[in-house]
Amino acid sequence: MDVLIYFIPISLFLGGIGLTAFWWSIKNRQYDDPKGDAERILSDEFDDHPKQD
Amino acid sequence: MTVSPAPSNANEYEAERVSASACPACLAAPSAEQLAKSGDIKGARIMLSLPTAHCAVCITDVERELMKQPGVKSARVNLTLKRASVDAETGVEPAGLIAALDKIGYESHELDPGMLSATEADKRGRDLLMRIGVAGFAMMNIMLLSVAVWSGAQDATRDLFHWVSAAIAIPTIIFSGQPFFASAYYSLRGGRLGMDVPISLAILLALGISLFETMHSGAHAYFEAATMLTFFLLVGRYLDYRTRAVARSAAEELAALEVPRATILREGVEVVVPVGELVVGDLMRVRPGGRIPADGEVIEGHSESDRSLLTGESLPVQVSPGMVLSAGEVNLTGPLMIRVTAAGKDSSLHRMADLVAMAESAKTKYTSLAERAARAYAPIVHILSFTAFCAWAWVTGGDFRLAINIAAAVLIITCPCALGLAVPAVVTAASGKLFRKGLLIKDGTALERLAEIDTVVFDKTGTLTMGAPRPQNLSDLAPEALCVAMALAEGSSHPLARALHQTALGQGATPAVLDDIREVPGYGVEGHWQGQIVRLGRANWIGAEEGTSTATHLKIGDAAPVSIRFVDSLRPGAEEAVAGLAAQGKSVWLVSGDVEPAVADLAARLGIAQYRAGALPMEKAQLVADLTREGRRVLMVGDGLNDTAALAGAHVSVSPASALDAARTASDIVLLGQDLAPISEAARIAKHARRRIKQNFGISIVYNAVAVPLALMGLATPLMAALAMSASSITVSLNSLRLR
Repeated sequence: MDVLIYFIPISLFLGGIGLTAFWWSIKNRQYDDPKGDAERILSDEFDDHPKQD
Repeated sequence: MTVSPAPSNANEYEAERVSASACPACLAAPSAEQLAKSGDIKGARIMLSLPTAHCAVCITDVERELMKQPGVKSARVNLTLKRASVDAETGVEPAGLIAALDKIGYESHELDPGMLSATEADKRGRDLLMRIGVAGFAMMNIMLLSVAVWSGAQDATRDLFHWVSAAIAIPTIIFSGQPFFASAYYSLRGGRLGMDVPISLAILLALGISLFETMHSGAHAYFEAATMLTFFLLVGRYLDYRTRAVARSAAEELAALEVPRATILREGVEVVVPVGELVVGDLMRVRPGGRIPADGEVIEGHSESDRSLLTGESLPVQVSPGMVLSAGEVNLTGPLMIRVTAAGKDSSLHRMADLVAMAESAKTKYTSLAERAARAYAPIVHILSFTAFCAWAWVTGGDFRLAINIAAAVLIITCPCALGLAVPAVVTAASGKLFRKGLLIKDGTALERLAEIDTVVFDKTGTLTMGAPRPQNLSDLAPEALCVAMALAEGSSHPLARALHQTALGQGATPAVLDDIREVPGYGVEGHWQGQIVRLGRANWIGAEEGTSTATHLKIGDAAPVSIRFVDSLRPGAEEAVAGLAAQGKSVWLVSGDVEPAVADLAARLGIAQYRAGALPMEKAQLVADLTREGRRVLMVGDGLNDTAALAGAHVSVSPASALDAARTASDIVLLGQDLAPISEAARIAKHARRRIKQNFGISIVYNAVAVPLALMGLATPLMAALAMSASSITVSLNSLRLR
């Protein structure tokens, strides 16, 4: 069972990455316009500098 | 998506009514303040509402068009909110942007950014979401470790797993549990026992016991139960918050559509001021089509005034100097100069607001199902858990460790995961469904109250009818007479003239060629046709006989005048709504301030048996109060200022989006589209939703009935608690989704 010494920190670290990604997406307002973002992917005009607000 | 926050396909006249409202007593007051604060700083950021935008092409079209406008720095469309925000240099006028968008076929309205600030900073929602994320992460990781313990990890391994679980659970609970702890603290300080007190107690007790057991190498730890509890309850909290936030943001948008300003003369110069800054003695200029911002006496000008939103009268009233007009009336034909006689507190609008406040205070406060459940639940849980503690301490002769363990297990198992989700999950499902049908639930308990109604009271003008007249007997006119009437009607912005022009256009008529067309404010339009004087207008001006119904009259040369009668067109879906409600066994009433024949005619057309005509605002409210006293639950549907007191006094109330802001504020549900048909549908869905909520309560009770005796007997394990909790929460959520 010594392998647990590695596995537990690894699993916590991976979970932590997921949590950090979630934290970033909320802070960065990724969920402000879900419908618009879904439609924008169909647009031919590329928006390299989306407005930050 | 056809749901739009603004009356999207209303004619211009309607749009005018909505945008130029003035009610210093209600919503207008805060916005007037904001206007004053922001001063004349224009530009910077302009917000536009885009009710018709729905696809990728719309986004690119609108953004490209806005970027083309001079002075626009950047434009971004938010499709979810159907809004565009524009960063522009000072001096860029929203009107120009709206015109540009109109040219490429997109309807847009200016929004008051000050009124929308609360939506912009949706901090509370993001905060809750963050706490859910953290609790979910912790729950899953602890569950991994707990499964190992449940499947037989022993001794040092088990202790290690418990310690790791504790290291994850403690910071998680401190962060994610804050909403519950804070609300429990406030309710305790206020001397009440809310739902959050047993929740906080269960979470903290579970955490404390588990930590104690871990330190003493105990077999059972409830770390996963504590985080799971937090997670599920936060989800319920978030759903509840979302429902209200969506409703609030749409309601805010309706309010932001109206920018209440008045044009006054100061030392001979026209200035535009917020309505809140008007003082007695100011000289206001009101152009045709504009709403009168404050009570006043006409100094100069002849016109007609539409009082339908105030009194329900469908016929315009003639206006001449010396007459006193009330705030909220709409000036129709000629420009008027008005001296303000009452502003703010003394105005008739404010008196109406007082009436609303009175009706609201007379209404008994509604206790929601969730509140009733919490009220019964909190004491029972505390008593059960305390009894378990005492009984076990006594039976075992002072084994407090065991006793407290069992008491905690009782608290955890009874903890209202399912109860916390039972109401919000159904309300979210139902209000989402209603929103897609074009109904906006402003108040959380409105849905429950809507399920209880047995009587429906409708207002007439503007509610069952469009408040826009339609000519009835155009076929009586000779073809060339129709062309003359059409040409004359073109020269006026009076609603009757515009309706006449539109209908004639629809019939394929072309306007005759007239000379010297001029409008005589307050009377009609006159011109020359083939050497004869032709007139269209009031009966007494033309020399025709005054009829009982709404009519305008046409006179060509010396020929006998012809009357063109008008009827108010029914709002789409009015027939379905009335029939649908009657089919559900509700008794339907029609109450109007309009004259008897018009009301009786409409009642007959829609098959409404009970009606009352010529009702004053006070009488409408009285009727609702009388029906309530008879033990009926009344749904009031109305749009006018004269309806507000009745709307506020009714068990639940609905108003269309084209209603005055005062009426919308007083009502619980706002109808976003033009169609009335969703009302009967809403009553059905509400009934269904109420049944689902009760079922959900039933499910939670069944789970508790099984699990609580086991917990009391000391047989509950952390595995059982976890199973009961997740199973009941998931069943309740699935049951809510069955709503149709």
